[in-house]
Amino acid sequence: MLRIGIDIGSTTIKYVVLGEDGAILSQSYERHFSQIVQKTSELLSHIQEQYPEYETAQVSISGSAGMGMAESCGIPFVQEVFATRIALTNRMPDVDVAIELGGEDAKILFLTNGLEVRMNGSCAGGTGAFIDQMATLLCCSPDEMNEAASHATRLYTIASRCGVFAKSDIQPLLNQGAQHSDLAASIFAAVVNQTIAGLAQGRPIKGKVAYLGGPLTFLSELRRSFDHALELTGICPEDSLYYVALGAALSCDASCERNFGQMLDQLSSFSQQGNYNSIAPLFRSEEEYQEFAARHACHTVERADPEEYRGDAFIGVDSGSTTLKIAVIDEQGRILADTYRSNQGNPVSVAKGFLQNFLERYPSINIAGCTATGYGEDLIRSAFSLDYGIVETVAHLKAAQHFLPDVEFIIDIGGQDIKCFKIKNGVIDSIFLNEACSSGCGSFLQTFANALGYSSEDFARLGLFADRPVDLGSRCTVFMNSSVKQAQKDGATIENISAGLSISVVKNALYKVIRASSPEELGKRIVVQGGTFLNDAVLRAFEQELGIQVVRPAIAGLMGAYGAALYALEHRKEKSSLLSAEEFQTFSHTVRDINCGLCQNNCRLTVNTFSGGRKLISGNRCERPITHKIDHGTLNLYDYKLRLLQGYPPFSGPRGRIGIPMGLNFYELLPFWYAFFTSLGFSVVTSPTSNRGLYLRGQNTIPSDTVCFPAKLMHGHVQTLIDQGVDYIFYPCMSYNLDDGISVNHYNCPVVAYYPEVIGANMPDLKKVTFINDYVGIHNPRFFAKKSFEMLSRHIPNLTRSEVERATRDAYTELEAYHRRVQTRGDEIIRQARQEGRQIVVLAGRPYHIDPEINHGIDKLIAGFGAAIISEDVVSSRVKEPVHVRVLNQWTYHARLYAAARYIKDQPDMHLVQLVSFGCGIDAITTDEVRSLLEEEGRLYTQIKIDEITNLGAVKIRLRSLFAAVEQQRQKEASR
Amino acid sequence: MTSPIRNKEGHVIFTREMRDTHTILVPMMLPIHFTFIQKLLTSAGYHVEILQNHSHEVIEKGLKYVHNDTCYPALVVIGQMIDALDSGKYDLSKTALIMSQTGGGCRASNYIHLLRKALEKAGYGDLPVISANLSGLEANPGFQITLPLIRKMIAALIYGDMIMLLANQTRPYEIAQGATERVIENLIERLCSQFEKGRGISSREMRQNLEQIASEFEAVPVHLVPRVRVGVVGEIFVKYSALANNGLEEFLAGQGCEVMVPGVLGFMLYSVDARLEDYKLYGGNRFHYTAASMLMDFFLGMEKTMLDVLKQHPRFVAPSPFHELKEMVSGVIGLGNKMGEGWLLTAEMIELIRHGYGNIVCAQPFGCLPNHICGKGMIHRLRTLYPESNIVAIDYDASATRVNQENRIKLMLAVAREELEKQQSKGTVKEATVAV
Repeated sequence: MLRIGIDIGSTTIKYVVLGEDGAILSQSYERHFSQIVQKTSELLSHIQEQYPEYETAQVSISGSAGMGMAESCGIPFVQEVFATRIALTNRMPDVDVAIELGGEDAKILFLTNGLEVRMNGSCAGGTGAFIDQMATLLCCSPDEMNEAASHATRLYTIASRCGVFAKSDIQPLLNQGAQHSDLAASIFAAVVNQTIAGLAQGRPIKGKVAYLGGPLTFLSELRRSFDHALELTGICPEDSLYYVALGAALSCDASCERNFGQMLDQLSSFSQQGNYNSIAPLFRSEEEYQEFAARHACHTVERADPEEYRGDAFIGVDSGSTTLKIAVIDEQGRILADTYRSNQGNPVSVAKGFLQNFLERYPSINIAGCTATGYGEDLIRSAFSLDYGIVETVAHLKAAQHFLPDVEFIIDIGGQDIKCFKIKNGVIDSIFLNEACSSGCGSFLQTFANALGYSSEDFARLGLFADRPVDLGSRCTVFMNSSVKQAQKDGATIENISAGLSISVVKNALYKVIRASSPEELGKRIVVQGGTFLNDAVLRAFEQELGIQVVRPAIAGLMGAYGAALYALEHRKEKSSLLSAEEFQTFSHTVRDINCGLCQNNCRLTVNTFSGGRKLISGNRCERPITHKIDHGTLNLYDYKLRLLQGYPPFSGPRGRIGIPMGLNFYELLPFWYAFFTSLGFSVVTSPTSNRGLYLRGQNTIPSDTVCFPAKLMHGHVQTLIDQGVDYIFYPCMSYNLDDGISVNHYNCPVVAYYPEVIGANMPDLKKVTFINDYVGIHNPRFFAKKSFEMLSRHIPNLTRSEVERATRDAYTELEAYHRRVQTRGDEIIRQARQEGRQIVVLAGRPYHIDPEINHGIDKLIAGFGAAIISEDVVSSRVKEPVHVRVLNQWTYHARLYAAARYIKDQPDMHLVQLVSFGCGIDAITTDEVRSLLEEEGRLYTQIKIDEITNLGAVKIRLRSLFAAVEQQRQKEASR
Repeated sequence: MTSPIRNKEGHVIFTREMRDTHTILVPMMLPIHFTFIQKLLTSAGYHVEILQNHSHEVIEKGLKYVHNDTCYPALVVIGQMIDALDSGKYDLSKTALIMSQTGGGCRASNYIHLLRKALEKAGYGDLPVISANLSGLEANPGFQITLPLIRKMIAALIYGDMIMLLANQTRPYEIAQGATERVIENLIERLCSQFEKGRGISSREMRQNLEQIASEFEAVPVHLVPRVRVGVVGEIFVKYSALANNGLEEFLAGQGCEVMVPGVLGFMLYSVDARLEDYKLYGGNRFHYTAASMLMDFFLGMEKTMLDVLKQHPRFVAPSPFHELKEMVSGVIGLGNKMGEGWLLTAEMIELIRHGYGNIVCAQPFGCLPNHICGKGMIHRLRTLYPESNIVAIDYDASATRVNQENRIKLMLAVAREELEKQQSKGTVKEATVAV
């Protein structure tokens, strides 16, 4: 009897045929391009042809994509991790741990000392599909990436949590000219990190380790990266691709016997099913489409012939994350020349080609103004000496107003970002930008198209006449992958998947980014733009979802550049400062990477030097490497607070060393506990200021990969304290926070309140110290001494009640003094900023957002714009009673946000920027509420989502948009 | 329509008059329990309808009207209500909604506010929303949670728990297919008719009824084949609601498992007990403490009634008494952990492991904050203490796909099946036929 195991993964299909003696007779591995049912039939027919003497065989199917099909066709199914185990037991009985990476899954099997099998959760993408995506980004194949990685000389930190995050880390590095080899190696390191952090969860990987699955079989550098991280040499066995299929074959018994013919019949009837949630088609008929196309064809820009034109011209350059757009216009806004092309990872040389060519071909046209915009604005501007640089939101508004002067809403979906803004009285009124986690944008569609073997244009076109588009929800790429997988399993056609993806891009923008539920919220006059809207399916889906008609300019992809050119036209000069045709000929550009070294951040700087001595430094978080002036953080309360907390000196006392992990609520309560324990005679040791290394030290003990980054950092702090050899670690559970009197209750969020429980249950090294994580409340000074005495007496010998009472007094006194210092300094900053006429940014978040590893230097970035920075508590304390909000106002930190938002309503020079940690569930509530508190008063709301991620490019755009809008509004006021 | 009366927060009030005129829509969580609640509320003079709509539109509407990063239960519940209102089935001038408000540091206390925001966006801002809470968070003159009403609610929950518990232990083994279902239907019908007559609530009647329930399930002829026994714990809504957990129990049953889902009563006890623990940890108002103690004693009395009956029927695995659950987590997680399901979730996992249901699905909404702690955060410790435990944490979300969820559960089941076979070959698990 033959035994056949078929493994159907997310991207590939594998099979193994075992003969009577258990030896492998044949096997194969190929991509299935989502044609799962068809491929399986082909394989079975093929096997039958190979072994015509058999009518029947024992068959089992494994793999996530095969599950539904197996069930419907009555073929036995084996869970794939379990199949791997069966194969391992059979083939490599002495293996301790096996790591298997697949298309979209990552698995670890601990085989000895207590069997444990683990799979990645639903929010994790560091796998084969992720590596494919990254390879696409680097314009190479995975094999080439592997080759490149072997020449790497340094590693960058790349977010390892999910593909989308990593992508937004890599793109700016690419644009800055980082070496492909270094990036390739960094990507592999990120995959390793993710696997270890996400799956090992504190269980050490040691002994004999096996590497299985496609990526680990094909990519030697990835294996090397694992070896390096695990400090061992793993084995990649023969047939490492086929372990799941082999396990499935080995698991077959008599009950798995099936007739080939019957199986093929069942498969063919299965393929006709179409059980999935579908939505209305985009177009019901060709006529409908023609009418739609005609309606949109009229929003065009006139063109003029540059050969004949004599006069002034204006250039706009939009240097995006993946593309470069340039528009040259005449005095009437007609387009003389334009381009929209990939920046090939080197926007300078691509832009040079176009500009130089234009100047040389049309010497009689006078360039009277040039504007740069987009991610690469600074780079392009200093490279070619452009006259102006404007933030892209302003550029897009300019362009949109050209088509629809009284435009009320603009939505731009580009390759990487979604930008939306509301316009009131011709001025940007509120801005919505996508979060790093939901990049359902152009590159997303492209990646899917490529994965299924199409160009993105062809792929989108397929969806136009799909009869039953798949409902794919509105989530990020990682979720989308599995939704598509499910749809394929349910028998959806490529056409319906294509249409579904276009619709999901729209839903993502509407419901996740804009948070709109009806067209009225957007206004009636809407302009849609950005390359993604050139896709008719996306445009149609947008109109359908909102039930309105919108304007899509024919130059939808060029709007940023066109707007920038219009800006130059408005600010026309005699002659632009742009390089001349001659200067272009001698243009040179060199890039150098250095470490700044001027402060502890030690930013990695990229120095671009251009002919003529122009220079651009990027990668910096503050102005110091450019101006060589030290920023004393004079008008930066974040900086002040951080230094205040760092200023509590190590204190030595007779009772032993007690460690305090500097994270989460200790960022506000350190003064309290420091005074408390020093008063009791302890040496208080605080863990050092966070950095990447500290985070990695605790990373492998994090049990939940979706918890917020500030909580994850706690593991590193605690581990550091343990390694420092302290006697005690104090990290209490606190259901309640301080009561500021501005909310109906004063809870901590569940994570801040109880994270000590997680630390206690997941960090094995804690047995080296006495860990005190009892429940304490300091909101009630009357009970505190009594309760804390009871608690501490359980851990600390010879403690007296009176000592604790004295320490309690000292603690409250110090906390009050700390609050007073912060308050006083905050007041001073506000006063000074007003004297100097500076804008004041209320950088509103949680106390722990002053941690530079958490805020990534955003405070310094803001300071770089010349604004003063205060934190939310400075102004919230000026509010004396609970603010009326439409939600239950019951968390102390969050109440401060509402109060701060309310306070600044009549402070025109104060602007609230809310920092939100990714994964913060409470902020799903506060962000909407803070936004509406501000917008009710006609104020701008800016939200910045932060995580492990270090890409500040998007943050910069947000902040500049804010300042540009403030400036516009100010001018508007002044002109009245 | 005249504009509705609002309180100082601007919430539309459910007035005394509305009690007679309005139909209160209740989102579905547990079919048996909620049927009883409906009957008992009807007998108390309210018009109540439990929502049955569960099409895909429910989720779509939730996505549209609720912040997409909000926890999944809020999205499902609010989506269900708006979908119902959109259906045109209800006279909007005579419709009210009800939402539970647990009143802790978890986001769940905010669901009612998210519902109001969503209603406003959807154009139903004038409908009164009643808060069902025991914390005095919001009051409504037309819907007052009185002691008799609490008593009725608890009775409904206990009957529901009892039926759920025994049905789960009978159905997988029944010899005649559908026998268990017939017992359930029959019991629901008889109990409901008692409630309509205002009966079935006193301790004596409850004892009799519970005894009756146990005997009837015991009388179902079964063949006790060895089955994989799976426990389900998690965030309360996702754990129970088939709509939110993609039919988890049905899926497990289809995989040939016996499923144990701890009852609702434990959660009620835990919620009241949290007040007492709070007082012990942080001090506070003595009067509130005493009041909560009395409520606690009352609940414990009801619990005892149920456990006493179960003691007479040793064939069924009975839940551990509440005080034992508290002891179980000693040294594992603190009793001060009171947000969301808090320490109770950890306790339930231990209870399940000790009762032979060590294969556990821990179900939570994606990004559920309390579950980072008391669910996923405790698995490592539980595995150390109980190496035989086999726990899988599953996230539920509008876009988390069923195929991923089921695949992970199947992995857990594969390990469980292997363990069961091992035990069978050792002879620790035996077959038996019980027919009465």
